[in-house]
Amino acid sequence: MLPAKLKKTLKRDIKQSGHPREKAVDVMYAVQSHYGYLSDEGLAEAAELLGMSELELEELATFYDYIYRRPVGKYVLHVCDGVVCWMCHEGWECVGEEESIVTYLCARLGVEVGETTPDGLFTVLPSACIGYCENAPAMLVNGKPYGPLTPASLDEVLEELRNQPPEEMVVDR
Amino acid sequence: MSEQVLLQNRRPDRPATLEEYRASGGYEALAKVLGKAKPRDLTKMVLDSGLKGRGGAGFPTGRKWSFLREDAPHPRYVIPNTDEMEPGTFKDRILVGADPHQIIEGTILAGYANQAQRAVIFIRPSYELEAEILEGEFAKLREANLLGTDILGSGFDFDITLHRSAGRYICGEASAQVKAIQGERPRPDKESHMTDSGLWGRPTIVNNVETLACLPHILRHGAEWFKGLALTPGGDGTKLFGVSGMVNKPDCYETPMGTPLREIIFEHAGGMKGGREFKACLTGGASTKLLPAQHLDVAMDFESLAKIGHRLGTGAIIVFDQGACLVSACLNLLTFFARESCGWCTPCREGLPYMRHLLLRIELGDADEGCVKRLREMAHYIDHSYCAFAPGAAAPVLGLLEYFEDEVLEHISQGCCPYKGV
Repeated sequence: MLPAKLKKTLKRDIKQSGHPREKAVDVMYAVQSHYGYLSDEGLAEAAELLGMSELELEELATFYDYIYRRPVGKYVLHVCDGVVCWMCHEGWECVGEEESIVTYLCARLGVEVGETTPDGLFTVLPSACIGYCENAPAMLVNGKPYGPLTPASLDEVLEELRNQPPEEMVVDR
Repeated sequence: MSEQVLLQNRRPDRPATLEEYRASGGYEALAKVLGKAKPRDLTKMVLDSGLKGRGGAGFPTGRKWSFLREDAPHPRYVIPNTDEMEPGTFKDRILVGADPHQIIEGTILAGYANQAQRAVIFIRPSYELEAEILEGEFAKLREANLLGTDILGSGFDFDITLHRSAGRYICGEASAQVKAIQGERPRPDKESHMTDSGLWGRPTIVNNVETLACLPHILRHGAEWFKGLALTPGGDGTKLFGVSGMVNKPDCYETPMGTPLREIIFEHAGGMKGGREFKACLTGGASTKLLPAQHLDVAMDFESLAKIGHRLGTGAIIVFDQGACLVSACLNLLTFFARESCGWCTPCREGLPYMRHLLLRIELGDADEGCVKRLREMAHYIDHSYCAFAPGAAAPVLGLLEYFEDEVLEHISQGCCPYKGV
């Protein structure tokens, strides 16, 4: 269940907006932030708050890339596989000519795209261009951009995140 | 460096503050016109300036506004479009991060010209930093009486809110964007006209943020000055070009509209990375045609590119070198477009994955010339889709087949990608 305080805030925001459905994405983000992902329970609560049917909200939730209907790790990695990041692979030769930043990252973490590492730290999600083409290859970690990445700097970022103390846990919006 | 208009306040590390924007003449246009000029005068000035939409289509902004009937009902809305989800496209992020008030002032001016009451800035999730920059300024502006009720004592009430998207490419399309804000599944809607029935069924103007950022300058300095900024007669103002790929200095550059493509790539963006040889580029983002070296001297404006069968689009220039396999590049692009199709109509939903499949077969060396013929047919048939998404997706492939057919056929004759292991 969502905490009463959060529910109250969301209800107030929805009421103030004048058009409850206009807040659909904001409410999904808030509920997702509380549960770590948009759980079935969270989706039902969000739909009730918005005065929408669960099916209507599900239609949105499953359409958007940044709404997670399945549990994700502490850090969500949106690694750009757009054409610019795809071609800018200076220094990535060490990972083999067929490889890319996405496959390198997946190999490092031992997961496929869409999966979460067993320790619950990292989830790699498929991502369209993230809009940091001048810093290609680039990725977002919980919404924060990193780039231009090299194999070494990517390893460094992962190591840094692994060593974050629990109290500094970053929650995706 | 040529005159910097939109990026004049750009700093390496932070956006320009309200004070800095005002020191550069910011909000003078607002003070000059609010309550003093007739809204329709603004539309006329924008029409005279020749300003064309910077979101990709290049439709004249003044004409778009003039579709709004004088007696159209209220409330009316302005939607500054900051979705920008096409590969290679990042100029709007640079613009928001450089000078957010320029966009806000432009939005209020568009609101006044169209007698709107509210703007909803639509922004994509990977631009959260920029969303926070914009949102952070709204309160300061209300305090300075530049936003909200009775702006600068003019009697004009106008407010701006931000709509955070949850991320899908189709949301950049104006009518899909309206649906997204309304909490509906975003898909293009070609039945209704935005100026009659847009957001919540009310008259709505959707403009790209770069377009809006031009407005304060046009209203301060005049339509003729704005036209004079361009290098070519049909051009208007300056243009932001986001240059990425195999160049030494990938970045966003502001140059006069009509600047030769060669100058943008080889002077502003520092030329080809590591002295490699230029092979091709996309001139206006992922949904434009691959352009070969023979057209490098084209003037970068809407008309000049149209004359040679290309599009300026958003001005996102993606540069490929001789070592790049363009079949593979198109495969990457089609993977993006097939994934991002909203699925509303069959040509797009079914056609793009099929085109992707044909490209994959060619790339893997598992194709014959019949595949190339089918790919060509599909790239043309895709025009029968409901909106411009699918024809845009087919554009790079059309360029591939028009200029680089030899490279495609080489994949077939060799039975593999000739660029692998090079």
